[in-house]
This record gives sequence, C-alpha cells and structure tokens, in this order.
Amino acid sequence: MNLQVNDSRTTAAAGGGFVREMLSLLKVNVREYGMYIALFVIMLIFSILTDGLFMSSRNISNLLDATGYIAVLAVGMTLVIVIRHIDLSVGYAAGFMGAIAAILLSHYGFPVYLTIPIILLIGVAAGLITGFLVASVGIPAFVATLAGMLIFRGALLQVTEKTGTINVRDEWFNAIGNGYIPAIAKVGGLNLSSLLLGAVAIILYILSEIHNRRNKLKYNFEVVSTSIFVLKLVFVSVIIAYITWILAGYNGISWTVVIMLLVVIVYHFLTTKTVLGRHIYAVGSNPEAAHLSGINVKKITYVVFGSMGMLAALSGILFTSRLQSASPTAGMLFELDAIAAAYVGGVSAAGGVGKVTGSIIGAIVMASLSSGMNLMGVGVSYQYMIRGGVLALAVIFDVMTRKKRS
Amino acid sequence: MDDYILEMRNISKTFPGVKALTDVSFKVRRGEIHALVGENGAGKSTLMKVLSGVYPYGTYEGDIMFEGREQRFASISDSVKAGIVIIYQELALFPDLSVYENIYVGNEVQRRGLVNWNETIVRAQQMLKKVKLDVNPETLIKDLGVGKQQLVEIAKALSKDVKLLILDEPTAALNENDSENLLQLLRELKQQGITCILISHKLKEVMAIADKATVLRDGRTICTLDAAKGEIKENIIIKHMVGREIEDIYPKRTNKRFGETVFELRNWTAYDPQLGRNVATDVNMRVRKGEIVGIAGLMGSGRTELALSIFGNPKAYRLQGEMYLDGKPVRFNHPSEAIREGVAYVTEDRKGNGLFLIQDIKWNITAANLPKVAAGGWINENEEIRVSESYKQALNIKAPSVEQLVGNLSGGNQQKVSLGKWMFVGPRLLILDEPTRGIDVGAKFEIYTIMNELISQGMSIIMISSELGEVLGMSDRIYVMAEGRITGELAIEEADQEKIMQYATL
Repeated sequence: MNLQVNDSRTTAAAGGGFVREMLSLLKVNVREYGMYIALFVIMLIFSILTDGLFMSSRNISNLLDATGYIAVLAVGMTLVIVIRHIDLSVGYAAGFMGAIAAILLSHYGFPVYLTIPIILLIGVAAGLITGFLVASVGIPAFVATLAGMLIFRGALLQVTEKTGTINVRDEWFNAIGNGYIPAIAKVGGLNLSSLLLGAVAIILYILSEIHNRRNKLKYNFEVVSTSIFVLKLVFVSVIIAYITWILAGYNGISWTVVIMLLVVIVYHFLTTKTVLGRHIYAVGSNPEAAHLSGINVKKITYVVFGSMGMLAALSGILFTSRLQSASPTAGMLFELDAIAAAYVGGVSAAGGVGKVTGSIIGAIVMASLSSGMNLMGVGVSYQYMIRGGVLALAVIFDVMTRKKRS
Repeated sequence: MDDYILEMRNISKTFPGVKALTDVSFKVRRGEIHALVGENGAGKSTLMKVLSGVYPYGTYEGDIMFEGREQRFASISDSVKAGIVIIYQELALFPDLSVYENIYVGNEVQRRGLVNWNETIVRAQQMLKKVKLDVNPETLIKDLGVGKQQLVEIAKALSKDVKLLILDEPTAALNENDSENLLQLLRELKQQGITCILISHKLKEVMAIADKATVLRDGRTICTLDAAKGEIKENIIIKHMVGREIEDIYPKRTNKRFGETVFELRNWTAYDPQLGRNVATDVNMRVRKGEIVGIAGLMGSGRTELALSIFGNPKAYRLQGEMYLDGKPVRFNHPSEAIREGVAYVTEDRKGNGLFLIQDIKWNITAANLPKVAAGGWINENEEIRVSESYKQALNIKAPSVEQLVGNLSGGNQQKVSLGKWMFVGPRLLILDEPTRGIDVGAKFEIYTIMNELISQGMSIIMISSELGEVLGMSDRIYVMAEGRITGELAIEEADQEKIMQYATL
C-alpha cells in the first residue's frame, strides 16, 4: 500500500499546516459536518444529564430500532423534496400497507417471502399514481398527496373496521422489527456476530477510502494530506467500532438496523454515483435547464414518487412488524416526522440540495431528542416544543450558512 | 417660450463593470409625443427606469426636472404621485381579476379602509370611455385580447391622473389593426394635454406619430430630431441609431470553406397555444457545414421561439413544416432527441434556464451528456473531473477549481461553462442564443475565438444576436427576423447595419 505517492505536493502545507488544513476543511464543510456535530452534542448532553443512561446499550439499541420506520421514509422524502415536491400521503400509506401485510399474513396465510414483495409493489404502484397526478396531470404535489393522505386514512379504517387491530403471529415477519442477528456465540458478554459485522464494515470502509484515494492520485488530483487522511480513517473506524460495541452489549445488531443501513447505502450510492441520481438533482436544481439538457423531467418525477411509495410500504412493514400488529391509527403523522428529519438533515426546500445520509442523521437527531427527554422524564408538551425549536434552529443554521457561502 | 414638462440633465448611471448611461440629456415639451429610439442596449429602458424611480435618487448622477421642479424619486410610487406612469412591454395586469379591479388596483377607491366597489365600477366606466374601450368592466382580463389589455393599462394610467405617459414598445405584441387604434388614441390623448414618451422599434410608427425623436446610442444622447423640420425620416433615424464604428473585436477566420447543407427548415410554422398566435411563421432557412449563420432581429421578433421549436419544442408549440438534418427529415419532441441527433442550444437566459447555478462547474459541464463519463449508469467521478478540467483550461474558465459553484462565477465565465456543456455533447449544429449578452469585451473576444475554433472542426453554428456589430462581425450569412417571419436574407458581403435595421423594423 503506497500512500506516500506525491506526498511532497499534497503535504506542501505540512508541519504547522496540519491544524490549518483541518480547520479549513471544517470551515468548507461546515454544513455537512454541522449535523454530525449537532448529533454528537445532543448525545453528550443527554449522557451527562442521564448519568450515562442515554448511551447505554439498551437505550441506543431501542432508539435505532424506533427510528427505522421514520428513517426509511425520510430517505424517500429527501428525494421528493430535492425535486421541489412534497408527499403528505406517506404516513397513512405506510399504515395502510402495513395493515394489508397483516391481513395477507394473518387472514390469508401468505408466507413472508411473498407478502413483502407484494406490499413493496403495491407501494410502488401507489407512488406511481401520485407521480402521474403530479407530473402528467400537473396537480401540485401538496394537494395530490393531501388527497392521497385522506384516501389512505379511509382505506386503513376500512380494512381494519371489522377486526380492529390485526395481530400478526408470523415469527419471521415479527423478527423484522424485533429480532436481532443471531449471536452465534458470546465473547465477554458481547454478541460475536455483531462484532464481526462491525469489523467487516470497518475493513470495507478503510479499503474503499484507500481505493478512492489511489484513484485520485492516479488522475493527479489533489487529495488531503496523509496525516489528515489517516486521522479521518481512525476517527470513522473508532465511531463504527464504538457503535458496534454498544449494540453488541445488548442483543446485537437488529434486523431493523440492517434494513435501515441497506436502504441508506443503496440510496446514497444511487444519488451520488449514478446517472439517475444526478438527473434527480438536476431536476431539483433547475427544472427548465434540466429539460433543455435533455433530461426527462416527467420520468424523474415518476421514479422519485415510485421510490417514495416503495419506501412507505417498507416503513409500513417495519412498523407493523415492530408492533406485531396493524392498528387503525398506524402511520399517523409519520409524514411530518419524515419531513422534519429531512429538513433537520439539511435538505433545502428550494430544491436540488440534500443528502440521504443527512436525512438519516436528521431522523436520529429527532429520535434522540425524544428518547433523551423521555429518560429525563420531560413532559410530552415540552418535548414537542423543544423538537419544534430544534427543527427551526436546524433550518436557520442551513439558511445562514448558505447565505454566507454565496 | 419653451415649456418643458420634463428635463433630464446629464444623467449617468453605472452598473458594476458597465456604464449604462453617460451624460444623457433628454427634454420633453408639454403636450408632445416624443419618441425614444435606439438599438437594444442603447440605454432607453435604463433611462426610463431612472425617470420612474426604479433606480432611486442617489444611484445615478444628474438632475431630473419635472413640471419645473427638481424631483428626487425614491421609488416608483413617488413618480406615479408626480404624474409619471410607465406602461411596460410585458403588461402588468392580473389576468384573473376583472377590468375594473385592474384599473384601480393599488389605487383603490376607499372610505374608512373599505373598498367602495360600486363607485369603482362607475369610475372605471368613465376611464374606459376615455380610451374608447367598449367592454363590460366586470370582464376578466384574461378574456380580452392583447390590444384591449393594452387599452386597460392606459385606462389605469389615466385613473392615476397621469401627466406624462411612457409607453415601452406598446405595439410589439399587437396586430396592425390594434396598433393603428392605439396610435389614434395616443393622438387623442395628446389633444387632451397628456404628454407621451414612446419607446418603439417600429420606425414607421415613430414617423407616423412622433413630434420629436431622441436617439440614444451606447448610453449617450446622439440627437433630438424634429418632425416639424422634416427630420424624422427612416434613413436619418437609422443612421443615428447605428452610426458607430464597428470595433475590431471579431477575430477573422481564414480559408472559409462551406460544405453540404447540414440543416434546413421549410415552411416552418410554430403556433403557441398559450399566446394563441404564431411565434414563427413560414420560416425557410438553411445552414451549411462550417458556416456561421446569424439571425438578427429585434427583441420579441420570434428568434428564441424559433430556436426552441427546433430544439425539441419544450414549450409544446404546434409545429408545421419540415426540418432536415443532413438531408434527412427530422422532428424532435424532446430536447433529448435533438441532442442525440447532434443539435445543441445555448440559451439566451443562462441563469434562468441554461445553468444549474447551485451546482459546480464539473456538474454543469457534464449535465447534458452524463453517459459519456459513466459506465452502466455509474458515474466515473474522476473521469468527470478530468474532462471538465480540460474544458476549464481550453475555454479559459477563470475559477479556482472545477468544484467552484457556477453561481459564483462572472457572466463571461458562466457563458463559457454553458459553451463547454454543449461542446461536451459534440454537436453538429450549435444554436447560440445571444452568446455574449451581458459579458465584457475580453470575454466576448474569447467566445468568438471559440466559435471560430468550433467551425474549423466542422461544426455549424446558428447565432441569434441583437447586437448588430456581432452579427456583422461573425456571420457568414444573415437572416433577419421580424414578427416571427424571415424578412430578409443577406450575404455578409452585402450586409450592413442600415439594411438589417430596415428588414428588422418592417
């Protein structure tokens, strides 16, 4: 492994430059790192206020599991907001499709491996209908999805009317929201398979970073100095290791976390590395210019709403599985939590800006606030006010840094 | 005794990097119709914006005397209060409100904070009578034709007790009949003592109606012509309008050789269902390989619309006629189809619909042809940087890196990014719409050099431009458009500014 290539050039500012380089990197990327710093600060504060209870294995594990069904919605919502639309229907859509899943499993005895793809397909179909209304008919997304929200709410009531709450007894299905990766063995009270998974993640991360860096050097592009690079590798690896260690101390990594990670990874690569992703951001940045650049704006709108529908279905599956039942009120206000998570995560309502990784962090920030305040015994009334304040602050921070940059 | 209602003395106005007005003096006698003429960019609109307070006192130099008093307008409402009303080319009416609501919007007839609608309607009827418009005041604006809308605008001005009425290209969107009516109305208003400034490109109108005509050129007053002395004649006006020496900023192309016809339009007509009229009518044109074809004409003559109708028709015009590319009949229903066939269009409005301002240079350069830096849908980011880096160097885009946001670049550099974006598509036919609008002379020269370079590589260029110097300096052949039609075709050898202006103002 030869990381010393071109070091004479890339570390021209080395020596006293190390701190300077790090500060300038922080300054340039303040928007990006802002959220991570905010999350860190929130976690730190709660840890202190709850005497470490907040960062306990059990709490973090529960927190992440409870974030899952909002997080996947937030990922889809990010893209919807990036192309300057909104989707208010996803909450009850998730509730409705969770109920359909419960019905298929409990009343009709469908196996899990059939139920999940069917529900996801229904989700895509529902999303495409929204896409049709928005892109082809030309109805504002706010109105089209408000109508969708009412329809899904009604549909959810309809299918749960006779039975009320529908219980799900399928073990496999319920494991999605409650189960963990089997431990194989315990090492000093820690879950072995989770530890291994964490180790694999760290190795993959380091290898891909090194690969990227070598590629850049091959093209003779500027890269950060070796010391900063190593520092970053160590820093991120430590964080992954720490989270793994925490989770391994309880039941290990849950299937919900696995699914959430998969969704984030897939969407992260889709949005940042593919032509399709680039086209989505082009449509959001300037729809007219996108059209004149030969991009099919309609198609992109369909794709984004279709993906939103699929993720709403996934959210419904996660939620139903977690509760092991479908209820007539499932999905209420999920859409607003997802929208809040996306905005806290740095998505811009003006379009074209926002990352799915940001939105996931946004979702975790909001969930951390709830969890931490619950541990502290803060009343629900104050919780809402504080979360509202944080949402406003996040967007204010976003607007300020944007102004400063231009 | 001279009774001037308006005297603008030594007006200068500077924008960052550009001096728009230099020492302009402009005097208007009470009760006359005074035409203000000049090429696009001569400073007419800027002067009127200074007068109406769009550019408030303090942002320009010089004095404005109106009704014998010095005026220091801080905003448009100040100038309206003094009795100066401008009617812009793009009418400022609310299409979904009624005629009477439009006439009194912002000037409501009120008592104790409540609008008296009955009184409003009665007064509106009086105003409509003054402009000889026979419509029910409760009609919605969108149900009226453009000609009648124009009259509503004038009625609105009259309702504000106007003393000086300024009309900016009032007949640009009107048919002949409506134009004639409007001119007749202006004559009658003159009888009633209303002074009028008329900004118009149509010299026939100016000759028919103006008592005086002031010519602006390059932000300076050239002269004021007097109809009474027989000075308002087409050839005299045009001579003063264009009378500058063409500076030699146009790099010469050596050994011109034109090949086969690459692109051709036959009886091409584009109907805009939203406007309810043709934006291009019966256009015939052809472009040969290695040729720069200039399309001259005034603003609103349908050049951009023609280009859009060729380039995948994004505004969904109804099209008739034939288009040929390399002799093959083609028709594009989406810009992507045009791009696939090697047609590229650099828009006139680079900030509005040309570039992605919130994204960086490399992002913009590859935007129209991403698959070229991608394999199986995956973008090779390093290749993307390498490609855009090479365009940055070739086009001399001044920016610290290709990761610079395009919104932070100067106009000239933005235009180069635009060019790079379309060069990356590798087109056969490049349509440039106002390629040097709003950029400085140095950058202009660079863009002309790039155009010549592209031609030498076998590309063909259609260049739409309102700058006569540019059209004459760069084109090999020139079409002139007016009101959606090709009104003239000129070989470069026979073309001069006067001839183009004549065709353009037909």
